[in-house]
Amino acid sequence: MNRMTVIVIGAFLTFLTSWVGLVAYPYLQLGRFMPATDEASGDVNPPPLSGLAVMGQHVYAASGCVYCHSQQVRQIGIGSDLARGWGARPTVARDYMRERPAFLGTMRTGPDLANIGARQSSAKWHHQHLYQPAVVTPGSIMPSYRYLYRMQKIQGQRSERALDLLPPNVPPPGYEVVPTYEAEALVAYLISLNRNYPLPEAPEPTE
Amino acid sequence: MNPTTQEENHAAVSHAERDRLERAAIDASTRLPVILFYSSAIFWLLVGTVFGLLAAIKMNIPTFLDQWGWLTFGRIRPAHLNAVAYGWASPAAIGTGLWLMARLCRTPLKHAKLLISAAVFWNLGVAIGICAILAGDSRSIEWLEFPNYASGLLFISYGLISVWAVVMFHFRQPGHVYVSQWYILAAFLWFPWLYSTSNLLLNFEQIQGGAQGAVNWWFGHNVLGLWFTPIALATIYYLIPKVLGRPIHSYYLSILGFWTLALFYSWNGMHHLIGGPFPAWMISASVVASVMMVVPVITTAVNFHMTTVGHFNALKWSPTLRFTVFGAVCYTLASGQGSTMAIPSLNVITHFTHYTIGHSHLGMYAFFTMVMYGAIYYIMPRVVGWEWPSSRLIRWHFWLVAIGIVFMVIVLSVGGVLQGLALLNPNVTFMKSLEIARPWLWMRSGSGILLTAGHIVFAVNFTLLLLKFGKRRSGPTLFGKRAEVESEMHAV
Repeated sequence: MNRMTVIVIGAFLTFLTSWVGLVAYPYLQLGRFMPATDEASGDVNPPPLSGLAVMGQHVYAASGCVYCHSQQVRQIGIGSDLARGWGARPTVARDYMRERPAFLGTMRTGPDLANIGARQSSAKWHHQHLYQPAVVTPGSIMPSYRYLYRMQKIQGQRSERALDLLPPNVPPPGYEVVPTYEAEALVAYLISLNRNYPLPEAPEPTE
Repeated sequence: MNPTTQEENHAAVSHAERDRLERAAIDASTRLPVILFYSSAIFWLLVGTVFGLLAAIKMNIPTFLDQWGWLTFGRIRPAHLNAVAYGWASPAAIGTGLWLMARLCRTPLKHAKLLISAAVFWNLGVAIGICAILAGDSRSIEWLEFPNYASGLLFISYGLISVWAVVMFHFRQPGHVYVSQWYILAAFLWFPWLYSTSNLLLNFEQIQGGAQGAVNWWFGHNVLGLWFTPIALATIYYLIPKVLGRPIHSYYLSILGFWTLALFYSWNGMHHLIGGPFPAWMISASVVASVMMVVPVITTAVNFHMTTVGHFNALKWSPTLRFTVFGAVCYTLASGQGSTMAIPSLNVITHFTHYTIGHSHLGMYAFFTMVMYGAIYYIMPRVVGWEWPSSRLIRWHFWLVAIGIVFMVIVLSVGGVLQGLALLNPNVTFMKSLEIARPWLWMRSGSGILLTAGHIVFAVNFTLLLLKFGKRRSGPTLFGKRAEVESEMHAV
């Protein structure tokens, strides 16, 4: 192999095969989904995200949640995802059609979040958990996201958005902890994570 | 001695002398670009080490430095990956690649300005990208976290390097093209394609979520397999024969190893998504390709082993060889491990666990980084014209990082398997899987301290060499007493 053309063309062609298989094909086949309308309920699935949840998706990316939390329920027979109650059915490609980006994830230092909105639908719970994870879930090693919250002096009445924190995070008397816009957005996004809606290609397992 | 042999001897000596002068001229022509890439690489290695250590400690003590968003785990961790992958590993690969290219083309380096501007763009891109991640502008796509304004700079830089590589290769001296050159040329062409496609589809004009994972891991695996791996293999192919003064064992094994790597490695990516929302054939194709990786790996391992066999005592005195052979052995281990991790029945245990992190450090550190250390120990004295000031520091560097990385891989692997077995059993609570992993994560932080110490030692020795510290040495800096090793030295 003393000729440049042999090396260049060979390197090009071998690489091209994987480009076709793992880039061009998924782009054509998995990258052009339309939402499905459920005949029974008339719902459009997957449902569009609210504007606030889209903002929350950016906060999720900025905070690097994906490095500990996956968002995929694996197929039956692979792992214990369904048995753990992480979803009613395995997730499919269409579930991610609105995700920019799709946080499939490769680590489960924390639990899967593909359907966290179905398991924990309370904004109050999420705020408390983000602020003081180890207090809400003993043994958790999730860091606190208190930088997404603001401690402020109570002006007149206590804000209805103020967090009911537990020791040792209770604010001093006369003060309250409220979520910033970013925290509100992140929680809106987390609550929106519910992929248990029906899709024709993803029936719920019957057993 | 009759007059004829004397004449022949004279001719041989002057021929050797001419070769030596030619090599010295080539080395001198690479000086500025090589020093620029290497120095910046070592700077980012230190930065990346600090991020890595902080991230490891944050897993042990979650409240550690949690009051600021820019130091949260989810930013420090990608900052670590990008600092070491794009700050350290890539510039180290480029520096090594361009020196090897000039040496093997037997042509003084042309268009140094192209490479110097590439180095400036590259480092600017890395600095901006890491600041962006810390500031909360990460794309959160693994291996592609840099926003467009940073990845664009890297792409410009890489484009300049690719053009340079093709030009250099074109102006090579006629004759044999060595196996290292195939790898370097191919890598310098693969990476810009890989990087531009992935950034276009994932960051610039983001495709639908269902397809992103495939492109993400097509990139994530190929950046290892078709960028870092070929450069490191090219380096091993050059350094082992060079230090031992022996030719490579088999030309045909080199060819087989090269083309099977190109074919199989490029298809590996989907094994990161086994069980995920993708058509079964895509996953299966990647599983098959991952297992087929044993072909190039065994081929290359046999080639390296047969070249070195009978000369392993050279590891006692040559710093270059000790690092390089350590890396070559770990290439076989990392790839073998990678193939087993793609087998679905084993993947179901290790997927989503710290075992994967152990595997990536076996590949990127115990293999790639150790080979780059070997290359830097070999190349720097030649381009600077000054030997390494301290063989004791080299020895400390070796043992600190060798013990550190072996320990890290072992604890992450054991901890990862235990964590994975717990995750697999739905009757074990999720929190239990975390509790099981935690002691191993503490030990991982311990290994990180050893690596940090090793990196500081290395950076000090490197700086002393740049400053031409100490007395001029008459020969290369080796382990052990010079008289003992001289008889075994060939072409150091």
